[in-house]
Amino acid sequence: MQIYLPIAEVSVNAFLLLGLGGLVGVLSGMFGVGGGFLMTPLLFFIGIPPAVAVATEANQIVASSFSGVLAHVRRRTVDFRMGTVLLIGGLIGAALGVQLFNTLKAIGQVDLLVRLCYVVFLGVIGSLMFVESLNAIRKTRRGAAPKRKKHTWIHALPFKMKFRTSGLYISVIPPVIVGVMVGVLAAIMGVGGGFIMVPAMIYLLGMPTKVVVGTSLFQIIFVTAFTTLLHATTNFTVDMVLAVLLLVGGVIGAQVGTQIGTKLKAEQLRILLAIMVLAVCGKLAFDLLVMPAELYSLGAPGGH
Amino acid sequence: MLLRAITVLLALSAPIAAEEVVAGLSRDRISITTNFDGSDILIFGAVKREAEIPEAPLQVIVTVAGPSEPVVVRKKDRRFGIWINVEGVEVDRAPTYYAVATSAPWNEVLTETEDLRHRVSVSRAIRSVGAPGDVSNPERFTEALIRIREEDDLYQTNIGTVEFNQSTLFNTSIRLPANLTEGNYTTRFFLTRNGRVIASDETVIFVDKVGLERFLFDLSRQQPLIYGLMSLAIAIAAGWGASAFFRYLRG
Repeated sequence: MQIYLPIAEVSVNAFLLLGLGGLVGVLSGMFGVGGGFLMTPLLFFIGIPPAVAVATEANQIVASSFSGVLAHVRRRTVDFRMGTVLLIGGLIGAALGVQLFNTLKAIGQVDLLVRLCYVVFLGVIGSLMFVESLNAIRKTRRGAAPKRKKHTWIHALPFKMKFRTSGLYISVIPPVIVGVMVGVLAAIMGVGGGFIMVPAMIYLLGMPTKVVVGTSLFQIIFVTAFTTLLHATTNFTVDMVLAVLLLVGGVIGAQVGTQIGTKLKAEQLRILLAIMVLAVCGKLAFDLLVMPAELYSLGAPGGH
Repeated sequence: MLLRAITVLLALSAPIAAEEVVAGLSRDRISITTNFDGSDILIFGAVKREAEIPEAPLQVIVTVAGPSEPVVVRKKDRRFGIWINVEGVEVDRAPTYYAVATSAPWNEVLTETEDLRHRVSVSRAIRSVGAPGDVSNPERFTEALIRIREEDDLYQTNIGTVEFNQSTLFNTSIRLPANLTEGNYTTRFFLTRNGRVIASDETVIFVDKVGLERFLFDLSRQQPLIYGLMSLAIAIAAGWGASAFFRYLRG
């Protein structure tokens, strides 16, 4: 069934969009990532104009994250305090990121920068997670006792705060910095930033994996809602019909994903996420390295 | 007597404007609704004439042009091992949609000079004033634009698809694809003989969004904040709804 999208001004198959939404929703619920880093390129691929894809995807992430976070709230696996601290950083970062994005747009080549950002960040994070979780799986197989958390420089910083749900007593500076960095990258790359935040929470802040997913979703809701409003009011690129189709599939998928997530071990979850991140990274790197079939592309004048 | 002689002379020397084109469309308004999936328009017409049909065969050309917009064509090249956009040419005016249908092979219906004058063929319908001096082969960029849009069915050259009976009645069908933009689509008709245009006519097809499409589009432009908040409200409601539904399912 073909549906004409009023803002994107293209006609697409409704079931294809429902399916894509569902698929990405499952991943979102499983890993606590918004799924934007997968969905945005997929939307480009089916012919949605990039500006509309990025803006609408932000709206869809709000829905799937909200659906996902409710399940986590009931299981008490959301650290609201940590989420709020991250969110403050995230909003500052998003505002900075939009500024940076516009500056780079004026110079040109913002497309390339976005792609390179994806390849570098997905590549680094994916490989780090892959190696780490592989080691963790090996250790549990051998039955060795898990290492006690070491005290690092992070514990020497001021403004300490108790994060009971995460079982942490650390300074608020590292979470705020993580929030800002994720916010900047999220604005540039047009994604929620979960795939960067989840590893940052695990490896930098030392949060337990079970809490990480819910907290990440909690923060993503607000950052993407902010981005949606920004896009809707400045670029007029949020397509409500597209968003509804994606989110109907997305919210159902997110529920299924959350269920699957609870049945898997933390290490397994991380290694799966790592493989997925690396696959997307590989695809994007491949596109940059291999000669494209069509060397020419069309764009609107005065920007991308 | 003298006056009559002058009249006769004038009538003889005047070009054969005796043939005129009278055209019609199966519909002059295309409404883009939610389930819009492209549209076929039947274009038909007749040749009105007062004199005998001259020897040389008459031909018909029909063109449909969507609203024109400037567009940038970029070319990728390999730099530092990766493929990036290196050159760009701005095409000043390119129709978002352009279809041309003829009743015979191109070289039989229109000469190069007439094409230039009336901007009939796809490549003539695009106006590219000048490429930056450092770009080699600027014409390659216009070719690429046509190639890309032809793949999307946005540019069509339909040779010989106009059915022309007894040099009098003609009809053709033109496909408007699903990814159509709003605006006025100018439809032109040309009668040609020996490659020269002898008569032409023009009419307009209005393409616009209606119903939900119209409402959402207008809201997003006129009340962007309300539109944005509405999108968020739908997202939150859907998220909550799915969560509640699944909880209910599991008892």
